[in-house]
Amino acid sequence: METVFGIVVDGAAYGMILFIISVGLSVTLGLMRVVNLAHGAFAMVAGYIASYAAQGLGLPYAAALVGAVLVTVVATLPMERLLYRRIYGSANELSQVLLTIGLTFVIVAGINYLFGPTLKRIPLPDALLGTVSIGPKSIPAHRAFVIGMGAATILGLWWLLERTDFGIKLRAAVDDPNMAAALGIRTERLYMATFALGTGLAAMGGVLGAELLPLEPYYAIRYIVLFLAVVAVGGAGSIFGSAAAALALGIVDTAGKYLIPNFGEFFFYAALILILFRWPHGFFHGRGA
Amino acid sequence: MTKTVRGALLGAVFVTASGAALCSGTAWAATIKVGVIAPFSGPFATAGQTFKQGIEIYQAQHGKTVGGDTIEFVYKDLDQANPAQSKALAQELIVKEKVGYLAGFFFTPDALAVAPLIDEANIPCVIFNAATSAITEKSPRYVRTSFTLWQNTVPLAEHMAKQGIKKVVTAVSDYGPGIDGETAFKQTFEKGGGQVVDSIRMPLKSTDFAPFMQRIKDSGAEAIYAFLPAGPTTLGFAKAFSDTGLKAAGIKFFGPGDITQEPDLPALGDAAVGITTTFNYSQAHDSDMNRQLLAKAKELFGSSDLVTFSTVGAYDGTHVIYKMVEATGGKPDGLKAVEAVKGMAWESPRGPLKIDPNSRHVTQTIYLRATERKDGKLQNTEIASFPDQPDYGYKGGK
Repeated sequence: METVFGIVVDGAAYGMILFIISVGLSVTLGLMRVVNLAHGAFAMVAGYIASYAAQGLGLPYAAALVGAVLVTVVATLPMERLLYRRIYGSANELSQVLLTIGLTFVIVAGINYLFGPTLKRIPLPDALLGTVSIGPKSIPAHRAFVIGMGAATILGLWWLLERTDFGIKLRAAVDDPNMAAALGIRTERLYMATFALGTGLAAMGGVLGAELLPLEPYYAIRYIVLFLAVVAVGGAGSIFGSAAAALALGIVDTAGKYLIPNFGEFFFYAALILILFRWPHGFFHGRGA
Repeated sequence: MTKTVRGALLGAVFVTASGAALCSGTAWAATIKVGVIAPFSGPFATAGQTFKQGIEIYQAQHGKTVGGDTIEFVYKDLDQANPAQSKALAQELIVKEKVGYLAGFFFTPDALAVAPLIDEANIPCVIFNAATSAITEKSPRYVRTSFTLWQNTVPLAEHMAKQGIKKVVTAVSDYGPGIDGETAFKQTFEKGGGQVVDSIRMPLKSTDFAPFMQRIKDSGAEAIYAFLPAGPTTLGFAKAFSDTGLKAAGIKFFGPGDITQEPDLPALGDAAVGITTTFNYSQAHDSDMNRQLLAKAKELFGSSDLVTFSTVGAYDGTHVIYKMVEATGGKPDGLKAVEAVKGMAWESPRGPLKIDPNSRHVTQTIYLRATERKDGKLQNTEIASFPDQPDYGYKGGK
């Protein structure tokens, strides 16, 4: 029993990190119909900025986190105007893939040149260093913090998309851009804001998840498969779907590693295949937020 | 008629003379190239960097020439374990760069992949790291100056059994050296009266170690034997061990010294304190040669913090290559070069070394170390030594 509990807690912690990074991708993919393969690269850039802010400039963790998210969003907004705006809409899938994978390569090379190929760390504050006991199981305080941040992200996003003017306008613009524009909604600004939201979530995940997905220049390519898997299983654009998918995959992966370690990633991908067989469009496709 | 004969004779004399001059010219002023294949980018870039530093320190101490031949190192980047790419790079080095020696190799699969090439081209290959025992069996032209998992694990397992430890879990990365470590540990430890209660093989790509920690906890072991390749994975494992409370629960952590290699110590922080390892080199090794090596590193690179086992692997590997060049007079003959260094013994910054004529692997002293904080800096303090340890794993540990 204790073991099962341990697996669930560890799996949830791993799943939450996947969730925080992937939900941004789900937002851009589901709401703006952009397959943004550079999503992992944005998360990585934020991680490097936070690492530099904390180690090079000596900023505290919280400031490094907020700073990294802001800098990443500001730095990627011109890309939205110059590049992404041209490829919105589901008719442009091939150009989306080509553009964003190209962008990823450029960012990987740039990071490699600027920061070198070695692993970078974001030093944690003392408050996040110890362990926290949940029942009979003790988990690193940092993971408990990540689980909390993940839960806060779920609620915040749900509120933003379901309960605010912005959310209503955004959903209108997604359903029928022409009609929304005719009603006086400034769809371009809306898309820009959503892009910023997606990038900001990627950035936050990149910084928070750096302990589990270590920062190195190939991060952008190495982990994008994981993020895409979560979005595919969860259903593009669905926040609860992404959360459910990330938790399910996280727990399955953890249980697999616990029970039969030498099967490696087998269980993660087996779960992915089985879920997509049953729900080809993901858990929550086209329903709710 | 006579004129033509005389002309031809003169011509012949001239050609022979100039040919001889050219030949003798190459004999005393050739450049011998050594191709080094190692990771210089990507997550394991530090390994390549330490190889390069080891070579440069040796060259700075001993000059760049051997008997008039200049030794030049050509570096090729191979960012991760990728045998196909390793083979392609080796071929490029041999055919285009015309290297006389191959060296480097951080990962076992990369070292194994070049066996057919070095046999066909008859050039020696000096391995600076790759630690699976079986490698040197695959070609008579391999020589290795690092260590093997068997070499480090056998004395460790004997020590643990003597300490009265009874129940141990092994946790290793699921690839050649990891499995070597597991087998070596199990055999030696069970012979010593201990019991291995669980053997965990972790995927090489793992970044999340929490599930394995849970398994270790559930097994009820008193201690773990862990091996992962030096670098980011090890860091994650050691941190998880302390973060998930296993360290606080009093489970003892043993392993080969890759776990606490010097460049990783600052990042590991206090998670590393109390880990007991066996290894062939510690930066804190007490000898004049080691102090000279560290001083040179400081002079050349501004800091000696990176100096670790792969640095001395490359340093001693370079020494072996110099001796090979000396023995063959700079002529390309791989088998003769390897033959010349068989049984060679010398003093290295890590202690006395000897190349075993059968396994072509170094027999060396293995040290038992405890990681501790000294003057605010983490170091591997040597607390005991086991001299003349051969590669127990040569020919499958028989």
